[in-house]
Amino acid sequence: MADATALLQLRGISKGFPGVKALSDVQLTIRRGEIHSLMGENGAGKSTLIKVLTGVYRRDGGEILLNGTSIDARSPEEAQRLGISTVYQEVNLIPHLSVAENICLGRQTTTLGFLKWKEIRQRAEKALARLGIEIDVTETVSNYSIAIQQLVAIARALDIDAKVLILDEPTSSLDEKEVEALFTVLRKLKAEGLGIVFVTHFLDQVYAVSDRITVLRNGTYVGEYEAALLPRLQLISKMMGKELSELEMKAADRVATKAGVTPFLKLKQVGRKGSLKPLDLEIAAGEIVGLSGLLGSGRTETARIVFGLDRADCGELQLDGKAISITSPRQASGLKFGFCPEDRKVQAIIPNLSVRENIVLALQANRGWMGYVSRPTQIQLADKFIKALNIKTPNPEQPIRLLSGGNQQKVILARWLASNPRLLILDEPTRGIDVGAKLEIEKLMAQLTGEGMAILFISSDLEETVRNSHRVVVLRDRQKVCELRGEEISEKNIMHAIAASDSDQ
Amino acid sequence: MNLRAIKRNIPFVATASVCLLLFLFASLRYKGFLKLPYLLGFISDDAYLGIAAIGLTFVILTGGIDLSVGGVIGLTSISLALLVEKHHMNPMYAIPLVLVGGVLFGTLMGCLIHFYLLPPFLVTLAGMFLVRGLAFVFNQESIQLTDQMLGGHSASHSLIVFNSTIKIPLANTSIPGTTLIYFVIFLIALVVAQFTKFGRNVYALGGNEHSAALMGLPVARTKIGVYVISSLCSTLAGIVHLLYNVKGDPTSGTGLELDAIAAVVIGGTLLSGGVGYIAGTIIGVLILSIIQAIINFEGSLNSWWTRIAIGMLLLLFILLQKLIQAKKFKTAGTFQKT
Repeated sequence: MADATALLQLRGISKGFPGVKALSDVQLTIRRGEIHSLMGENGAGKSTLIKVLTGVYRRDGGEILLNGTSIDARSPEEAQRLGISTVYQEVNLIPHLSVAENICLGRQTTTLGFLKWKEIRQRAEKALARLGIEIDVTETVSNYSIAIQQLVAIARALDIDAKVLILDEPTSSLDEKEVEALFTVLRKLKAEGLGIVFVTHFLDQVYAVSDRITVLRNGTYVGEYEAALLPRLQLISKMMGKELSELEMKAADRVATKAGVTPFLKLKQVGRKGSLKPLDLEIAAGEIVGLSGLLGSGRTETARIVFGLDRADCGELQLDGKAISITSPRQASGLKFGFCPEDRKVQAIIPNLSVRENIVLALQANRGWMGYVSRPTQIQLADKFIKALNIKTPNPEQPIRLLSGGNQQKVILARWLASNPRLLILDEPTRGIDVGAKLEIEKLMAQLTGEGMAILFISSDLEETVRNSHRVVVLRDRQKVCELRGEEISEKNIMHAIAASDSDQ
Repeated sequence: MNLRAIKRNIPFVATASVCLLLFLFASLRYKGFLKLPYLLGFISDDAYLGIAAIGLTFVILTGGIDLSVGGVIGLTSISLALLVEKHHMNPMYAIPLVLVGGVLFGTLMGCLIHFYLLPPFLVTLAGMFLVRGLAFVFNQESIQLTDQMLGGHSASHSLIVFNSTIKIPLANTSIPGTTLIYFVIFLIALVVAQFTKFGRNVYALGGNEHSAALMGLPVARTKIGVYVISSLCSTLAGIVHLLYNVKGDPTSGTGLELDAIAAVVIGGTLLSGGVGYIAGTIIGVLILSIIQAIINFEGSLNSWWTRIAIGMLLLLFILLQKLIQAKKFKTAGTFQKT
């Protein structure tokens, strides 16, 4: 209370769900004109805290002070009226309506109950101009890129007299340039005196814009720090509650696992019109082959062809020296291939099935309906993988949608591991999950290849690619640019490979 | 700008073009089609369908459905006839009474759908059985309105003469009062959909309910509201049906909910909600009427060909919608890549 500059203060917040204590005695202080990052692993309670703050959930205890007066928002609507606006990770707009409507919806200017479209449009234009963007506000919002939609959502959040702006992972679907544009907007708003709460997984971004950082862990408050005075590694160790030494993955670990020599799967000039130019690719047992490149460079397309989701229209696939053609994912999984797709929410999990059922899925599909996997076996399998992959779930019967992102990802991994594949394709397995889960997945990859599994590893994170791959294939514009091995593998070399071909244009 | 406006409203433009083509075809092929009394005739015949379809459009815009509209027409028609003809109630009281009944019925269904998260299809299906059953329980036979004098006045009189007293003369014919009601409701609906917060919330709800809630829009009020509108419109349609035919009938509006859905979908409203036009629905109804007229003119054709034609047209429009959506999805995809 003593802090005169405090705009928003949360004190002693606690919130429980049946069987779980999501938050206990958490505090957060937002000052005027600051960008405050809220950090924590998945399940640390960030989302719950934000939902309590915005009135989606009711708190069990504690108090929230806005400008020194106690508030108690019962709905997002009420929180908005109080001046607390939120922009969520998934852009929450109405896709079919115009930009102008999306900004003003629910608080349109009216006379005698009739909407004044002209003023609505002008207001939307003004709101966007404040963020420094100029677009046609009469255009349907879904016709714009995700980045613009994100900015429209922010414009909407600011259209009311917002004092606090909460951004819940706003950058997860933006590219670098778009993130920079967003940050410019945030700095501008900060200068106007707004308090901004920023939730993200990207450490770079935290340090690029934050003034302060509040760290949560397991639903409790760890501390508040000045961003400039908190080194990155210390932040990670605070988030994880582990010592720094435990976090370090030595490059030596990678070199230690020697890849097999004879590749069992060969792609010879395999390509597909419109999605991938013909390329060669080989992968041997016990090997991690990294696919690197920018978004849309053909990484996922390559994976899709190998797994039979798309058909190659030229070239030849060889498995154990024999030419084969893979026409369906079903066939691919019969060949003991596994595929963890990029967009796990849409493409991989069956949200309402339990963790156990999600794990057993691929195995059951392989056996066909004749080879029913008995219930005790299912339970045994589920228990085994929950333990092995350290999946955080109250029990195996929990619907998977209730798990955090990282844990969902582990369940998908477990699904394919249960069918004991020869080749596992991982498309961005670590996206949107916390550092701890990331390291566990990396460790697991090393262990699996040690047991003879081959992994095709797709990641946008160069550091991660370098750390884990035995070989790196660099793609650009749907074309293989080069292949790096052993000592050649470095972030610098990959970047050069991508950049060098860029200048050819 | 103009071209873009067309591009944005392809389903609507397609509906309007189909309507125009059918109209041209009929007027060139059949003598007597392009005569004002005839044209006004078939618009008036289907006025009650149009009114019900307008109400239904709001429901479908939110992504819901209302199967009870036909049943409500039947119940309204028979109970109003019963009240006025048998119980000699003054229509001044009887009409508001049935309207209140319609509103209550819509509120009930809307509340069940919203608060108990029940599927609209099933709730309104149950509603349909309920009202249709009630209609027959009230009276199994149709009731002809008669001008019999009782104590110096006839309660039914004002209902019977409604269309002959309230009308707008036009050339050598006139637009009957029931058709005027249809036009007025259409205009009101247009304004509500386009120029009120409620109307825009309806679109928002159908576009993405989760987002609408997070945007702080009044989801409950809007959702229940559309079912009230739909029931109110079908009650009005029942009244119009009674005034037009001067007969209360428990069977009236049987299967009409399906015609209404067809008209709404042909009119360019997506069954998944969020996109659609009140004007489109009117044109959808007009298309159904023209097809009916064409089949009638053909004479030799079995009148059930109307159904087949409507079925084909409906299929065509659903395919068109799918195509547009697929194309939109594709462009959205390329946006993400760049």
